[in-house]
Amino acid sequence: MDSSTAVAQAPATKQSGTTKRGFMRTLKDNGTYLLFVLPGTLFLIVFFYIPVLANVVAFQNFQYDPQGFVYSLIHSPFVGFKNFEFFFHSADFGLVLRNTVGYSLTFLGLNFVFAIFFGIVMSQMRSKRLLKVYQTSMLFPYFLSWAILAYFLYAFLSTDKGVINHLITGSGGTAIDFYNNPTFWPFIIIFMGVWKGIGYNSILYFATASGIDPSYYDAAMIDGANKWQQIKNVTLPHILPVATLMLILNIGGIFRSDFGLFYLLPRESGTLINVTQTFDTYIYRALTTTNDIGMSTAAGLVQSVVGAVLIIITNLIVRKKQPEAALF
Amino acid sequence: MRKKKTVTAEDIRKFSSGTNLFFNIVLGIFALSCVLPFVFIIILSLTKETDITQFGYQFWPKHWSLGSYQYLGNMGGQIFKSLAVTIFVTVVGTVINTTFVSTYAYAISRPNFKFARFFTIFALISLLFTPGMVPTYLVVTKMLGLQDNVWSLILPMSFSVWNVLIMRTFYMTSVPEAIVESARMDGASEFRTFRSIVVPLAVPGIATISLFTTLSYWNDWFNALLYMSSSTWIPLQYLLVKIQNDISVLAQQAAQGGATQIANQIPQEGMRFAVVVVATLPIAITYPFFQKYFVKGMTIGGVKG
Repeated sequence: MDSSTAVAQAPATKQSGTTKRGFMRTLKDNGTYLLFVLPGTLFLIVFFYIPVLANVVAFQNFQYDPQGFVYSLIHSPFVGFKNFEFFFHSADFGLVLRNTVGYSLTFLGLNFVFAIFFGIVMSQMRSKRLLKVYQTSMLFPYFLSWAILAYFLYAFLSTDKGVINHLITGSGGTAIDFYNNPTFWPFIIIFMGVWKGIGYNSILYFATASGIDPSYYDAAMIDGANKWQQIKNVTLPHILPVATLMLILNIGGIFRSDFGLFYLLPRESGTLINVTQTFDTYIYRALTTTNDIGMSTAAGLVQSVVGAVLIIITNLIVRKKQPEAALF
Repeated sequence: MRKKKTVTAEDIRKFSSGTNLFFNIVLGIFALSCVLPFVFIIILSLTKETDITQFGYQFWPKHWSLGSYQYLGNMGGQIFKSLAVTIFVTVVGTVINTTFVSTYAYAISRPNFKFARFFTIFALISLLFTPGMVPTYLVVTKMLGLQDNVWSLILPMSFSVWNVLIMRTFYMTSVPEAIVESARMDGASEFRTFRSIVVPLAVPGIATISLFTTLSYWNDWFNALLYMSSSTWIPLQYLLVKIQNDISVLAQQAAQGGATQIANQIPQEGMRFAVVVVATLPIAITYPFFQKYFVKGMTIGGVKG
């Protein structure tokens, strides 16, 4: 990368720090930079590396001891894979797995298709002004939290006051109790998720498609390609590397879910649990209602390990097939 | 009646006018669906309470009313407190995050920093693996002891590796090495070079990441959900979560003990939406300005290591 060329220009101040003096010298030469990375390093230690190590509670019957957190970590009794077994054997596991993976794959597919579709369509619009209006509007929900969007949704779905039921009863039908009727929720969740993210997800493809050298299109037109053929043979191949990269980034998240989407939109309705419970809501509820630290950590660890493994595997595949799109 | 029209090369490359019209309609409808709900919420917050209970949520109410906002203002207490908490957390959090990120990113972007590679990987690893909700919860509450403390809303988001990657790319592409080099030749210290040469050049990048950060602090309810069990540090977004089912939270300040009676008289429906408007309006107003930066920041994109 460009950094390697720059390294060559760097002044040769640093000798290899074999002696203690040499090491101190290195520290002194890099003093300001070390100071610069210090806050971030502390953050990463406290909010990443220590929590990662604290995952040992998944193998423990964690008991908090007033002598301190680290003391409790060391002295809590180890129970092996008991917490994992408990989680895997519970009725919740199948449900949570089905919901999390099912929704994630649906989002992965739909976001991919819609984002590329909207990205390409926007790049081909004639009016720049209208395009700006569309893009600005479509990005708006992305900046709002699920706490707010839950109210947006409620205004439409509320049983007695909502717009949709108003239309239904107005035309002689019976109102649907959306918040107690699981049938609709997979569609509601998927719609809301795609709707919120589409403006954001399509930016990248829009930028990529707009950045394509126009002479490619000219060449295609000289060969008699119509618009569809141009998109298929010029635009899509240009978008593919970016799309692949996004796919890798998202495949690692298959075991993850957008907590707010699944926790806030159903408004804590117990009857909807079967279609809205995912790993994240399950872990949160296990932590706050039953206070089962060992088991909820175990569930989270399964989630993280699978995520990391998925990222590494997909990256390996991509590196083989399309090295320039690989993440690392 | 044919109008003579000059056809530019640009025109040919874009959609034909029929296709263009079709996609304008598709995008137009979708774009409308993204903005309309917010307009609807504003209307609902301005609807007379009796209209809502009688006719439900309507796009055009029979009676307009500022009652919800008057009640919100008169009852004082929680809404102002929450607004203050949100503003405090957002401002302090953004300043801390932006400072930590821009210094970290600068150091690892420097070719003459001996440990640049180490600290890059040290940060990147955190993108591969998630420590998990519960271990993080344990560290914040048991190790740092921040339960019900306002810092539990700030510290967990006070650094962001994604922002570091954006800034690193920005420094490498927009701050010419020659300028940094010449400042050093002139005898400026690393710190001085950073402060008076690099930072001014990096303003667009810093603006982008502080924008990302401001938004995530403003919109955060999750940390409050986890860490604020009994305290009064309730940011706006978490207030919204709390009043979903129980509006009396808003009235607590007004009358201790008599909260439920008060809750029965107030325009419950309208007030909920008024709080939504209060939480959304700052974003909606500043949106057109920051949207531009946001799109730019997104397309700096080069997050690749």
